[in-house]
Amino acid sequence: MIALEGLEVTRGRFRLALSLDVAKGARLALVGKSGAGKSTLLDAVAGFLKPQAGRILIDGRDVTGLPVAQRGISILFQDGNLFPHLDVTGNVALGLPASRRRSGSAEVADALKSVGLDGYGDRRPGDLSGGQQARVALARILLQGNPVALMDEPFASLDPTLRAGMAGLIADLAGRTGLTIVMVTHDLRGLDDLVTDIALLEDGQLAVSGRAADLRADPPEALKPWL
Amino acid sequence: MGRRPQPIARAGPGLAATGLVLGLTLLPLVAVALAAEAPGRLGPPDVAAIRFTLVQAAISAGVSCVLAIPVAQALARRRFFGRQALVTLMGAPFILPVIVAVFGILAVFGRAGIASDMLAAIGLPRLDIFGLSGVVLAHVFLNLPLAVRFLLAGWQRIPAERLRLAASLGFGPAEMRRHFHLPLLREVLPGTFAAIFLICTTSFAVALILGGGPRATTVELAIYQAFRFDFDLGRAALLGLTQVLICAVAGIAVLRFALPRDLGAGLDRVPPDWPGLGRAAGIADRAVIALAGAFLLIPILLVALRGVTEIVGLPASVWAAALRSILLALASTALAIALALSIAALPRELNGGAGIAAFLGIAVSPLVIGTGLFILLRPFASPEALALPVTGTVNAIVALPFILRGLGPALDAARATQGRLAEALGLSRWQTWRLAYLPRLARPLGFGAGLAAALSMGDLGVIALFSVSGNATLPLEMYRLMGSYRTEDAAGAALLLMALSLLLFWIFDAWGRRNDRA
Repeated sequence: MIALEGLEVTRGRFRLALSLDVAKGARLALVGKSGAGKSTLLDAVAGFLKPQAGRILIDGRDVTGLPVAQRGISILFQDGNLFPHLDVTGNVALGLPASRRRSGSAEVADALKSVGLDGYGDRRPGDLSGGQQARVALARILLQGNPVALMDEPFASLDPTLRAGMAGLIADLAGRTGLTIVMVTHDLRGLDDLVTDIALLEDGQLAVSGRAADLRADPPEALKPWL
Repeated sequence: MGRRPQPIARAGPGLAATGLVLGLTLLPLVAVALAAEAPGRLGPPDVAAIRFTLVQAAISAGVSCVLAIPVAQALARRRFFGRQALVTLMGAPFILPVIVAVFGILAVFGRAGIASDMLAAIGLPRLDIFGLSGVVLAHVFLNLPLAVRFLLAGWQRIPAERLRLAASLGFGPAEMRRHFHLPLLREVLPGTFAAIFLICTTSFAVALILGGGPRATTVELAIYQAFRFDFDLGRAALLGLTQVLICAVAGIAVLRFALPRDLGAGLDRVPPDWPGLGRAAGIADRAVIALAGAFLLIPILLVALRGVTEIVGLPASVWAAALRSILLALASTALAIALALSIAALPRELNGGAGIAAFLGIAVSPLVIGTGLFILLRPFASPEALALPVTGTVNAIVALPFILRGLGPALDAARATQGRLAEALGLSRWQTWRLAYLPRLARPLGFGAGLAAALSMGDLGVIALFSVSGNATLPLEMYRLMGSYRTEDAAGAALLLMALSLLLFWIFDAWGRRNDRA
């Protein structure tokens, strides 16, 4: 589904250089120390950073030079996922094409139901907890209907209970929709059901990558601190 | 278990400082109220002055806000060489003496200004900016940067993620307007308008130089005229009360519409390309930035160019006035900082009320305070003999809210972090201040002191009420030179005044930045 071919991104003195394949429906967790290049990689795939070399293919289509919105990618940010002046319905409806935002209230309601926020449509983001805000953003991603979702530390601001609930919800929705996910995380604990693949980045290079089950069964030394 | 942290200072000095500020603002007000004639005595010229004050302030604030929108937007979404310098320049008019700004504007737009020269060269009539147009032009010059900075602060507080989200959702210009521009303008513009309106109602120096006559007299100018020319204290006091009413309404509006609120927590990421921008927007942004830069820079450059050849031959009276102004500014700054530190260190439950008391200094016009002090002092001493101490004190009170705005949050932050550590370590109050608080306050203290010094250096308000020949400050001396058509000397004095104001600000601010340990 996602193919990174000889990708090179330079930011100041930092250089990210790797090739990576993510299978359709896979849920890849990117781990590594701060500054290893996880967020840079995510930004490059999303289209916020232009690579100096290499290609980014999504479902066989070269998206390297395309703007963010034309890549077929949805994004769950660590923060700032919602517009504070819109209610929950308004925020989720942004996932629909502009022409259907007014008429798509049934779809919005369904999406909210899928993330367990039935009846929350008229609330403002400021009235929701961090976990609920993340769910609203997830409902919007569902409506976008893109085949790929990028998630930047989606559990960073959640407590352990909410984290487990959110991970279960994402796994469930991805399982039902076939969504391919690339997520940055600092902690793989409790994400066994969600994560199918793991990639460890070190100094802008791919140090370890493979199926999560295999890597958990026989972890390389470099990956052990992250499991 | 929660425990109330120990107070960071005794409440005595803070309460005394608050009392002093209240006394120096409210007692003159009472004096003005008692001396005021019956409201029926407001004649047609006074009513015209009230109308002109409101109209010019509304137009000035409106034009400043409207012009600031494209400038702030262009600065928010463009990265270009010199951007930081331009943003810094946006802060300059605040510390630029008003009389120097007006001199610069006259050098561009006055009858003998370069714009008039250009018009004359193509056979068109020269510009005449005395009256409403000049007052508004000067106010826009002085306040456009303030409006830009408020709006820019709003733009910069939008989390980078939200802009990225807009990019990922494919927002076009209409959606950017709906989800970013309009909510921001709704939030920031009312407070910005109210703040500039308030400033323009108390901008005495602009009206003194560019206004006047039956159609362009503000209430403050009318107070000055009643005071200096007619010596009609009752009418001056009545006008003073009117001015207080205008300021109170505008001040309440400023407090009602809070200025930039946090729009969300952004991360320090490289900003994405601004979504929904086309080529035309790029050209428009560049044009707006160039025009705004020229509008702000050319008058200042002309002051420098015209003054540089005249500064050496300035008369001794100008140098004496400059020395007087420097000493006055230093004394006023010391008083302002002492008051600000005392008030900021008050326990939290008293701090808010003291902050509002400090705000009175700008909400009540300095000229009204000056009028009241004149009335209060006259039975005991010659007000003229006390011109400089009174001016310095009023300047300190005017600067106080600006200092507290930076100092208060910095002290709160230090209190919340190092304060708890200091308490846990059992440090004394003095040690806590020396080790935990003062190192973190250097920056706001330096900035605040610089601001107080520059404001006092450039003040042409109270001193104009009290002064007699022999104790003029540099702005007043420059005003007299302008009034007697000694344009070359005035140009030299303008450059000297601008240089001294900026230098004083720079010295204090640089000290704060060098010693910043926050």
